[in-house]
Amino acid sequence: MRKLTGALLASAIAATPVMADPVDDTLILNEEITLVTRTEAPEHVADVLGEIISGWHFRGTETRAMQADDFDNPGMIFVEQAEEVWNTAEGSEGKSCASCHGASEDMAGVRPVYPKWNEAAGEVRTLEMQINDCRENQMGADKWKYTGGDMVNMTALIASVSRGMPVNVAIDGPAQSTWEAGKELYYTRTGQLEMACSSCHEANYGNMIRADHLSQGHINGFPTYRLKNTKLNAVHARFKGCVRDTRAETFSPGSPEFVALELYVASRGNGLAVEGPSVRN
Amino acid sequence: MELTRRNAIVMGAAAILAASLPVRGNAAAGDLIAAFTGGAEVGTGDIRLIAPEIAENGNTVPIEVSSDTAVEIMVLAMGNPTPNVATFKFGKLAASRAASTRIRLAGTQDVVAIAKLEDGSFVQTASTVKVTIGGCGG
Amino acid sequence: MAKGVKPRVKVPKTAAAGDTITIKTLISHKMESGQRKDDEGNVIPRSIINRFTCDFNGENVIDVTMEPAISTNPYLEFEALVPEAGEFTFTWYDDDGSIYETAKKIAVE
Repeated sequence: MRKLTGALLASAIAATPVMADPVDDTLILNEEITLVTRTEAPEHVADVLGEIISGWHFRGTETRAMQADDFDNPGMIFVEQAEEVWNTAEGSEGKSCASCHGASEDMAGVRPVYPKWNEAAGEVRTLEMQINDCRENQMGADKWKYTGGDMVNMTALIASVSRGMPVNVAIDGPAQSTWEAGKELYYTRTGQLEMACSSCHEANYGNMIRADHLSQGHINGFPTYRLKNTKLNAVHARFKGCVRDTRAETFSPGSPEFVALELYVASRGNGLAVEGPSVRN
Repeated sequence: MELTRRNAIVMGAAAILAASLPVRGNAAAGDLIAAFTGGAEVGTGDIRLIAPEIAENGNTVPIEVSSDTAVEIMVLAMGNPTPNVATFKFGKLAASRAASTRIRLAGTQDVVAIAKLEDGSFVQTASTVKVTIGGCGG
Repeated sequence: MAKGVKPRVKVPKTAAAGDTITIKTLISHKMESGQRKDDEGNVIPRSIINRFTCDFNGENVIDVTMEPAISTNPYLEFEALVPEAGEFTFTWYDDDGSIYETAKKIAVE
């Protein structure tokens, strides 16, 4: 209670609503681990960003506080739901996720490196694709809808155990052509508004878009609990929303285009801590 | 009255005036307050309300009410379609007469907290919360 | 019973007799306000948790009347006195008649 009072007082004193610059603050999770929320940009975006800054810095005092404590973070409700699913056998093989992977905590280190090249399949795979591969081919269970509730909850569980670890997707070797395709999409203007991802998140981060703050558009915090719809939101659902807002026909969640875009956007945040499930507007 | 552009402007202005006259909200809120206080006079004093000056999203606005001697605190959002939000009754083992929750606000408006104190009197306080409209609608 | 309702509470495991502790509670619930309409324009009926109580060894700590203006996944934070070792009981009352309960024991050092 005292913490909330302090946070609100601080916001009242520092109330400068017209400023959209990232807030100077430190994200300490559960009073235990300090998360890297701003750091030097990786080499491949150093010419355009300089410093990479998590979307957490672009949010209000109360929203930032909500993410700093697992009890206060409503996204963790869904992590708990996924933990039950993790341990529940499903499908013709009678296996659960835990049957092969052990405890969910043992998945620490997985989120930071996805999307990732899969040698056997000969493609770059997102976490969602890998989960559905497990369900279909290891468990003999039905695939989940790409941005459905079960899927987004499971990706939140897998992200949550890697919180604090730096995003570190590989962009070279066999993943390079997918990464290049994603970069191409990032800078391609679409829709009636003729806007690219870069129009907002590179050229205008720190500025206001109507009454909201434009971030650098990193995805280290996904899946993210949005105050707007009070549920977890998958990264491809976010991409779809953004592309739709340029008044373009969007790609589908799980499409090769969005997989490539996810790899590229993730790589721009290489070095930022995994935050999922984060809390955003 | 024929609906001309001029009349529409006049009506609009009248509507704004009407909306702004009873500053403390609508009739429903008045009824709720009367039901809570039994018609007793409501003063100011031992009641505090902490709410953000600007809420990032009206769906989830953190608030805190506190008092040293309240037995009961009612919270109202004067601009919501139904103004009642919550009523906190403190029991024998409440260590403080304080509580925090997260509320929905339909738009920029006054949030009001009314406390019934141990001595049977009623006090109130209010705080204006600006609710921002999102960015690109995404 | 509304789907996927799950209560969570945060209570310290131990306290000294007479201590004040902070309790946080969160329950997953849509809190359908009754103000929204579906795609066909029909009002979605109200379905909320309308009351929450916390008791300790049979004595009341707090009793909250909740309205549709309480956010999805209702969150409450308050302070309780711990006169002795015992058990906190938490109860949420749903519009549909369902009652969700959970309890937490606390030891006195």
